Formats: sequence, C-alpha cells, structure tokens
Amino acid sequence: MSVLDDGGTRRDTSFTFTIDGMEVRAQPGQTIMEAADAAGIYIPRLCDHEGLRHQGSCRVCTVKVGGRSVSACTQPASPGQGVEAETPHLTRLRRDLVEMLMHEGNHFCPMCEASGNCELQAMAYRLEMVEPTKFPYLEPNRDLDASHPDIALDTNRCISCGRCIRASQDVDGKGLFGYVGRGIRRRVAVNGPDLARTEAAITDHAVSSEVCPVGCIIRKRVGFRVPIGEREFDKGLIGHDIEEKRNG
Amino acid sequence: MSSLPERRPVLPADAPAICASFDNDRRRMLDILHDIQDQDRWISPESMEAVAAATGLSRIQVEGVASFYSFFSLKPKGRVTIRLCDDIIDVYAGLDKVAAALESTLGIGFGETSPDGGFSLEYTPCIGMCDQAPAAMINDVIVTRLTPDKARQIALALQDGVLPEEIAVSGHAPANAHERATRMVDSNIRHAGAVLLGPVPADAGLGNALAMTPAQIITTVEESGLRGCGGAGFVTGRKWRFAASGQAERRFVICNADEGEPGTFKDRVLLTERPHLLIEGMTIAARAVGAREGIIYLRGEYAYLRPVLEEALAERRAKGLLGKDIAGNRSLTFDIRVQLGAGAYVCGEEGALISSCEGLPGEPKTRPPFPVTRGYLGYPTVVNNVETFCHVARILDKGAKWFFDMGVEGSHGTKLFSVSGDCLNPGVYELPYGHSVQELLEIVGGEDAAAVQVGGPSGTMIGRDKFDRKLTFDDLATGGAIIIFNGSRNILEIVEHYMSFFVHESCGYCTPCRVGNVFLQKAIGKFRKGLANPADIDYVRNLSATIIETSRCGLGTTAPNPVLTTLKNFPLIYAAMTKPAKDGIRDTFDIQAAIDGARKIAKRRSYIFDKDFSK
Repeated sequence: MSVLDDGGTRRDTSFTFTIDGMEVRAQPGQTIMEAADAAGIYIPRLCDHEGLRHQGSCRVCTVKVGGRSVSACTQPASPGQGVEAETPHLTRLRRDLVEMLMHEGNHFCPMCEASGNCELQAMAYRLEMVEPTKFPYLEPNRDLDASHPDIALDTNRCISCGRCIRASQDVDGKGLFGYVGRGIRRRVAVNGPDLARTEAAITDHAVSSEVCPVGCIIRKRVGFRVPIGEREFDKGLIGHDIEEKRNG
Repeated sequence: MSSLPERRPVLPADAPAICASFDNDRRRMLDILHDIQDQDRWISPESMEAVAAATGLSRIQVEGVASFYSFFSLKPKGRVTIRLCDDIIDVYAGLDKVAAALESTLGIGFGETSPDGGFSLEYTPCIGMCDQAPAAMINDVIVTRLTPDKARQIALALQDGVLPEEIAVSGHAPANAHERATRMVDSNIRHAGAVLLGPVPADAGLGNALAMTPAQIITTVEESGLRGCGGAGFVTGRKWRFAASGQAERRFVICNADEGEPGTFKDRVLLTERPHLLIEGMTIAARAVGAREGIIYLRGEYAYLRPVLEEALAERRAKGLLGKDIAGNRSLTFDIRVQLGAGAYVCGEEGALISSCEGLPGEPKTRPPFPVTRGYLGYPTVVNNVETFCHVARILDKGAKWFFDMGVEGSHGTKLFSVSGDCLNPGVYELPYGHSVQELLEIVGGEDAAAVQVGGPSGTMIGRDKFDRKLTFDDLATGGAIIIFNGSRNILEIVEHYMSFFVHESCGYCTPCRVGNVFLQKAIGKFRKGLANPADIDYVRNLSATIIETSRCGLGTTAPNPVLTTLKNFPLIYAAMTKPAKDGIRDTFDIQAAIDGARKIAKRRSYIFDKDFSK
C-alpha cells in the first residue's frame, strides 16, 4: 500500500515483522494471520474463513507475541514485532483445543459425510492428534433438522465457529443463523421454527460446502459423490494451499 | 394465551409499546426485555417477534440476547420468582434446610414453576449478600439471614398475596429510597477508613475539579497512585489519559457496578451509602476526558438499589450538579443513565459490560481496539469500578499526596474488603493497603481460619502457612473479597463449587473457557469421589494451563485458579484423594457409568452395581 504524503509524493506504508524468525511484510491494518497467509505461512485456524469477519473464538490460531497469547486472526500486525507461531508448546495448546471441540460434539469420522473434507478432522491430523484422547465426551443429543428440501442440519457436529452466521448475515444478507444460550449451552440456531421455515436456499453462501468446516450443514443428494480417498484433505494437509505459495 | 393462570395479567405485554418507549432503539434491548419479563414473567416467541420487528433485528438476534441472561426466561415463570443464592457461603450457612422449607411450603422443587403460575424456585450464584447469608431475591427485592422458619413464613405470606416488597420492607413506609434499601439489607460497615466510609463532605472534589483543567485532573489522579478497584488494578490516571487523547465526536464514562465475584459486596455498600460520591467521581471523570454521557451498569441482583441511584441522580439534576452546564460551568454538560444487568457474571468484564450496554449478549469484545479508544458505540470510553470513582472524588478533594501517602509502595490509598465466611464480624472493612492476611483475620475475628480465599474464586486460596502474605497488588491482589473457611470445611467441595460457578458463567464465545472448564469441573468431581489417580494431577494442571493461555478474556484466564491455587497451597488434599489404579490402567473411563444407559434399556442388571433395579 502507498499513500500520498504532505509533499504529494507516494510513500510505501508497508512494514516488516517476524514470524518464527522469518521476515514478513505487512500492510497497515492487516492482522498477523492475513500477513502470514500472504507470505505463505499457514497458522492453523477453524473459525476464521476467507471473506468473513474475523471472530477469534476457536483460539486455534493462538500465537505468542512478546510472551503474550493472542489470536492471530484478530491481532493487528505491528512493525518489528516478533511472533511465535509454530512451537511444540503452541502445537500442544492447539491440539488440546481441537480435542476439546472433538469431545464437545459428536464426531464419528468413519460415518460422517464430511470425512476427508472436514477441517476439524484435517486439523487433528495436522496437529498429530494420533493418540487416544484424554477428555470426557459430552455427547450432545440435539434433534436433526432435515425439514428443508435441500439442506439438513446436524448440530451435534457443530463446533460453534459461527462461519455460517457471518456468511448469512454479511454475504447473503439473510441472517439465517445466530447464537443462542450461554456457556456450554451456547449453540447455533436458525431464525425460525426450523430451517424449512427460513429464507434458506441451496444457493446461499452460508450453506455452501466451504463455509461449514465440519459435517453440520449437509447438502442433500450430493453425499459421497466424491469418494473417500479423493477428497480435499486426502490430497494434502490442511493449509497446504497457503504453504505452497511459499514453496512455489 | 388462554392457558395463562388467572392471577397473571390477562393481556400479554404490549411489546411494540415497550419498544416505542425506548425509541425502538436496539441498544436498549436489556431494558425492553426487562419490561416484558416483568410484565409477562417470560419472553414469549410472540414478544421476540414483536421486539425484532420494532427494533429492526431478526428474531434469532433477539433470542440471542434473551437466552444469554439468567434473569430472562424463554419459558413462563411464576408471578413470584424466588432466587435463592447458592454460593458456598450460603451452603455453609444452612442453605439446604432453607431450600427444603421453601420446597415443602410451595410444593415445587428448584427449577420448577407451580402449576397455577404463582411461583418459581431457582438457584442463583452470589447475589452480593455473603455477610448476611443465606439470602434470596424475591422478584426484585432481597431477603437475608434466612432460616427454615423465616423462609416458611415468607412463602406462606407470599401465598396469602402479600407483596414481596412488603415482606422485604416490613413496617411503616420508608421515608426514602435509602431507608427502603437499608431495611432490606444491612450495610454492615465494620471499619470506616479515611477515604470512603468516614465523613465525606458533599461535592468538595467536584468543586476543586471545576477549577482545574482536564489535564490537571488527570495528572492529579495519576499522581495519587490510584489503581482500579474492581480486581484488575489498571492505573486509573493512565486509562483516563488514553481515553482523553485523540479526536472523537463523543466520549463516555461508564461505572461498572456489576460486582459479581462471589464473596464481593463492597460496591453494594457504596451504592447504598455513597451514591452521591460515586456520581461526583463520574462527573469528575467526565470533565477530565471530555465525556457528556455516562452509564451506571448496575447488576441485575442489585435492582433493589436502582431507586437509590435514581433518587441521587434526580437530586443532583435538580441542584444543577448533573445535566447541562454543571454548576454554571458552560464547558461541562454530563448526564447519566442506569443500565440494569440481567444476571451474567461475565458482564463485569469491561468489554462484555459494554456489549451489554449496547443491548447485545454480554460477550467480551476483541481487543485491540481497547475501550479507551473504541468502546461504547465505538467511541472512547472510560470504564471504572464504583469504588474507583468514589476514590477519585476524594482525591480531588484532599489532593494526590494525601492518597498516595496511605498504603504501601505500588498500592496506594485504602481498599474496601468484603469479609465473609467463618469469622465473628462479616461485613465491609476500609483499610489501607498492606495489611497481612493474619492482621485482617485478627481484625475481623477470623483467627480460626484454615483457608482464606482472597479475591473470590478468580483469586487465590491460601492456607495458614501463607497468612503472612500482604494484601497488595504486588502480593495478593484482590477486588475486595476475603472469604474465610475454618478447618471443618472441605476444600475440594469449595473448589468444585467454584468450578461449577465458572461453567455456569462462561459466555461460551471461546473454546477453552466454554469446554475446558467443563472438563476441569468433571475432573475435580473425580477427585471428590476418590476416583482420581496420580496422573490426574498432571491432567488438571495441563488442562488449566491450556485454558489460561488460550482464553479470550479474564474469565477464562482466571477460571482455573480455584484448582491451581489449591493444588499449590493444599497439595496434600489432592494427594490424599488419589490412588494408583490397581491394574496400572488409568481409569479415566468409567465402564459402569458408560454402560448404565444400555443396561437399563436392556433390563440387564448387575448384581454388583445395581442395588435396586426397579427404577
């Protein structure tokens, strides 16, 4: 980015900071994650999604700046700061968070339509969540909403990332979804008695396969069209598309 | 609505009219929902639709607010709702028998509403009455020092149609709002210090502030060494300097009167006894930072104090000390509204409090930006605790040096301590910073203490070997809660109680606080049942560390403190409750609990585990 200074000449306002010792260029107003993405450094995230407002709720993108924990998706980059983004300690914290989400909902990967396309599952693989987990299972028992002709909702698989809420509000201009309740009872709900009695349409960005990171929003009649083994994260770790920018 | 019980208003609340009375302003959502709740005793789907239509929101957004706060209900509640405080102090003061008396007299259990729509019984976290526990809210009023007998008589009187107000304030009509409040709740001032609870000349600080420039006021507050009294201890003058700097069309001063930390009740006493001093302090802050609008965010549990505040505000407006051209000063126009909360501890967090004032669920805001640059409605906002504003008014009267010379290095002035639990004289003590816990225990008659919880659940629990530690920001920081436990109390019971509190009060926005605290609570339950093994100590330590390091706000970063501080200061309690698994396998998996449901469905009984399988 450049701006005109008082004398009328163009001046470059970009600056640099470091992520794990590597120098990264950023523009004023960019978050740490935006600058990292542009530089081909992938910081794990679940609630953040391209084109949507930053929310900073899943905390998987937690990085350290000057010893303090911040969420990379909301923290503005600042000149000269040193960011720790990938250390064994941070990986352990992220694995704990992913495990918490796995245990908060019902995530039975072998029988889930999203398996292979699921960002939660892919994140677990990336973070090497390969041992039996230690947390108790909370086993929610929420009704399936299959009322809509084209879309089904299984909120037992919801990870409360709120991507559908923001997509519907800000991109589709519909406000189909919202959070209700508090604490462990907080959940995503629809703006109506059920999904059929809302303005939901299969063409909404909010219900597109890229917005829901898990198998909560299900598009009917397309299940398993792409066989397991040929799905997005069967081809590479989550984040590989960003990291390829650096390698390529 | 034909199924509504006959004693309730036949017509449901006129939601459009209520919205109109708040200019259909969505930022006044809490006020709108309070009015509907008070009239209908719930927020019906029809009301939510009507509020959504009037305020230009979607129904789900209105439901998001209504379902967030404990005092709003999405199911019909009784005409009279009794909320019995279930803080651990109330438990130790005989809560169970009081609860049983209410249940048997009213014929309903906790969490239930009587079939005729007359009564609802609920438990609620600390209502700020630990010095006179057990206590309860009956609708908006307070009854304290409950015994089973007293509870029974209250329930019978309510059944006879006596109004809650008449029960809480019996006898002759109170002369004013202050008398009404103090006849409900004792202020219990046990020690008046030099700054707040001793004699206070009216508006002497404001008088001086009016003769000073805003910059001089900020410098005075900085030089006094005053730090925030709500618990976090940020330097007050610095906060004001940030808020005053830069260009802004509007600025705001907000008083945080949402003291929800269990065991804290000192702001209750200031709101009751020093409302003018508080408003004076806010007015000084307004002059210092250039604010014209202020809000007092009063916790829902303190609704009974709202008339005290409204009366003081009205009196000051009449005297020209609030409103346009304060004290004839053309450069100072400032007024205050009271925003009533609705039962959410997290709203004591600065950002969550601002969200709540804006009519949103009480969720903390993303920082940066900080409230001093972008706060209420996006404008620079100063948020300070009740006690902090009161101190400011006195500092402007007596000077920065007077205040700075009290207390110790880094912790200047006096502090109000809310003392409760196992001691002779529970109540509020105003003392200079720097006393040791032992000295305080001697002052309050708590020499039998075996453990002291300093700063409430989010603070530190210490044992006898640490009673020489000092009550300062640099040693044992506290928003004021001092909870005393004698040797007969079960530390793990207290810890589990506090973890349940944090689970109940987490807003649920971020993963570690929403989910991690549930796991921590379950783990402590395992210790209490004797099912833990030595590896579980590392498990709770690591889990606590993750919650602290990744949570988004102060609630999450302090919620594991009950566990961590007791692990540190009472390690033997945990050691005594753990045993290695006999077969060397970690028994995190309780097979009997896991197959219990299936066993019942299949009607296959275990002669070992099912004593009675008829249920």
